[in-house]
Amino acid sequence: MDAILFLLFAGIAVVCAINLVLQHHPISSALSLVGVMGSLAALYLLLGGEFIAAAQLIVYAGAIMVLFVFVIMLLNAGTEKKVKRRLWVRYGGLPLLFLLAGMGAYVTHFLAPASDGVNFGGFTHGNASDIGEKLFTQYLLPFEVTSVLILVAIVGAIVLARKEFD
Amino acid sequence: MQLWLIPILPFAGFLINGLFGRRLSKTAVNIIAVGSVLLSFLWVLKTLSALGVFSGGTELDQTHLEHYFTWIQSGALTINVDFAVDRLTAVWLLIVTGVGLLIHVYATGYMAHEGGYYRFFAYLNLFMFFMLVLVLGANYLLLFVGWEGVGLCSYLLIGFYFLEKFATDAGNKAFIVNRIGDFGFSLAIFLIAMHFGSLDFGTVFSKVKDLPVEANLGWIGAIGLLLLVGATGKSAQLPLFVWLPDAMAGPTPVSALIHAATMVTAGVYMVARSSQIYLHSTFALGIVAIVGIATAFFAATIGLAQNDIKKVFAYSTVSQLGYMFVGLGTGAFSAGVFHVMTHAFFKALLFLGAGSVIHALSGEQDLRNMGGLRKKIPITFITLMCAGIAIAGIPPFSGYQSKDKILEAAYIYSPWMYWVGVITAGMTAFYVFRALFLAFFGEPRGHHHPHESPPSMWIPLAILAVLSLAGGAINIPRFLEPMFPAAEGGAPEWLVIVSVSAGVAGIALAFLFYVMAPKLPESLASAFSAPYKVILNKYYVDELYDSAVVEPIVDGSRSLLWRVADMRLIDGAVNGIGKTARGVGGMLRLAQSGYIRSYAAWVVAGSILAIAIIGLRGVLLR
Amino acid sequence: MPPLPLPASVPISWYLTLSAILFGLGVAGFLFRRNIITVFMSIELMLNAVNLSFVTFSYKLKQNDGHIFSFFVMVVAAAEAAVGLAIILTVFKNRQTLEIDEVSSFKN
Repeated sequence: MDAILFLLFAGIAVVCAINLVLQHHPISSALSLVGVMGSLAALYLLLGGEFIAAAQLIVYAGAIMVLFVFVIMLLNAGTEKKVKRRLWVRYGGLPLLFLLAGMGAYVTHFLAPASDGVNFGGFTHGNASDIGEKLFTQYLLPFEVTSVLILVAIVGAIVLARKEFD
Repeated sequence: MQLWLIPILPFAGFLINGLFGRRLSKTAVNIIAVGSVLLSFLWVLKTLSALGVFSGGTELDQTHLEHYFTWIQSGALTINVDFAVDRLTAVWLLIVTGVGLLIHVYATGYMAHEGGYYRFFAYLNLFMFFMLVLVLGANYLLLFVGWEGVGLCSYLLIGFYFLEKFATDAGNKAFIVNRIGDFGFSLAIFLIAMHFGSLDFGTVFSKVKDLPVEANLGWIGAIGLLLLVGATGKSAQLPLFVWLPDAMAGPTPVSALIHAATMVTAGVYMVARSSQIYLHSTFALGIVAIVGIATAFFAATIGLAQNDIKKVFAYSTVSQLGYMFVGLGTGAFSAGVFHVMTHAFFKALLFLGAGSVIHALSGEQDLRNMGGLRKKIPITFITLMCAGIAIAGIPPFSGYQSKDKILEAAYIYSPWMYWVGVITAGMTAFYVFRALFLAFFGEPRGHHHPHESPPSMWIPLAILAVLSLAGGAINIPRFLEPMFPAAEGGAPEWLVIVSVSAGVAGIALAFLFYVMAPKLPESLASAFSAPYKVILNKYYVDELYDSAVVEPIVDGSRSLLWRVADMRLIDGAVNGIGKTARGVGGMLRLAQSGYIRSYAAWVVAGSILAIAIIGLRGVLLR
Repeated sequence: MPPLPLPASVPISWYLTLSAILFGLGVAGFLFRRNIITVFMSIELMLNAVNLSFVTFSYKLKQNDGHIFSFFVMVVAAAEAAVGLAIILTVFKNRQTLEIDEVSSFKN
């Protein structure tokens, strides 16, 4: 059961990712990204990360992607122009990509031996209360710092995007 | 005894006149300059009387040494700043400060209308300081300090009229030629330090005394010869004498003080001081005598034909210095020193008198344009005549006393030197009186209105005239007896007669040529035109040195050192570094394409590399 | 339906491989797309891949520190997205283009 669910959601994620890379209009890419994030949320659930799954959907898919879509619509971004790519890009890009991914996979295979398996329910400490306990005791300082970071980002975004006053 | 006061007083005069002289009045500059030398002279008198010099005491049989501080302490070699007075030093102290004082007084009158007044006296005081350091120093290095210092002051004073190119050229020539001599002197100092482990006179000479006498050229002889090289530079002997005639470009008091009475005798002092070294190498001592006699003869022949009054006396100085070296080289050290003193009197008088003549004629120096001055400037005339008689060796005056002792020693050493010396004495008398007769007798040939010099000028002349005549009574050889024991006598009686008659013959011949039959010299000159031309052009020595030494060095410098070494190698290297940096930077610049995607590509490439390395490490560790 | 030859529990390496694939796709999009916004979205894809990797390791080590790290990554990604999109807006205002190749005034 776990395997089927994994393969299903993994497949959706990969397909959406490929779609993101291949689509010409940015809005289509944005929607594909939403799909990726949704499937990843499901995978987090399988791994026992309840809090993270929820945060993924609320923050990433719900807020950040909405922001992206706003900007795409604001800028009226059109389709990308077709351009003749250089030789090594056309014929070497895909192989290089496989190389990168393959190397990553190979390395990870050695880091995590196949004997370990993921079962739904094998990890129970990913719930909100456990995460919250860690967050407010052990990781209090990074928590506060990220608050400041968000504040800075807000201020920066406002400054950058405002109308010029004459 | 506070010996240090002797040089410090003129040094203080130099500082005050040098730093503040511009704002002081001429009177103030005079007082400071002359006063400092006067105080130094008085202090010398006080010191020497305390050491029993004037009362015939025996304190100075030992060297009186004053230690001030340790200057260099390097391994086994220790060099102190010490001043020492012994009998040799006493003679030089009196000459330098005494004659120096008279010349300072003279200069206040002579330079009264010249620009740069305070600068002149500042340099003159500085010269006194260095000369006194040279004479008082108790080791070779202090002597060298004074040596170099007087060379510097000579350069500064020869080129005093620095707007004239021939004056600055003459200053350069003096300094550079002296440098060659100084190189020999430095090598000698190194050898002395190497062999004796010290540069102190006391230590070195006591060690040398125990060594056997070298008959052929050994290392003691090498030291002696190298010291001689230094002496030929400073005392204008063959072959480094060429700077002295050109040095007449400086003001006349400078010629009198530096190039007649004091600085040029530094070489004689140095050889006399190193007498122990020379006595232990017969070869070196012989070379000294040969150099001396050759120079004396050579310079006297040149002096026969010169037309500039100062040049005549300059060559005379070179010739008389040759005599001093003959005295030293034949073993009669005290005779050589005696001649230093008498020469200081009559040569300074000759130069100062010449200055008086030039001053009277408002700058005329060519003998052919003078004449008939004896009624117009009588004091100068009388004093110069006294000097002439002294230098000609007429008894019983000072020149005769000292020159005769030298000629006696030369005869005992080797008779041919005596005969050459006699001929030279005849020539000396001839050319000095030629100059005097041409200047004072006959009809006036110039267009000038001569006027007598002021008292500040003729009083020193008078004092020097008295000293020139009576100075022979100061029995220097007896005074120096404890240092330089007198050789056994045994000189034939007729030596004196021959040398005196040579002098009288010279005077008579000059009288014949230039007073009674003025046309005679011209006809003789045209009859023997080739030899006359050669000696008139001083044997073309300067031209010879120019083509043999100066031109190759300048050319080599220009084409090899400047064009190749400096411009190509050094500049090339330095510029090359700059060009390389630029080139490398230019290549690195191309990586900044401005395209974000190319930067991203580089990041990806780097990260692939990193993953590969980590992965391989992980794989290999398994 | 015949039983598919699937393992009982999903091996960890599969999750990590998926993470690697997604990361590689993100890099591809980052390198080969010319629209700035698409490049940005590829960056977000890469970040998500990394998040997956963190959570996976957190499962393996049976600790929830990985979740916390992943949480922080999300926060930072949000901040970065905000500021980055603001910059893109400014660039668009000044240059009227969303081509990444035309923003190259730092050339040489």
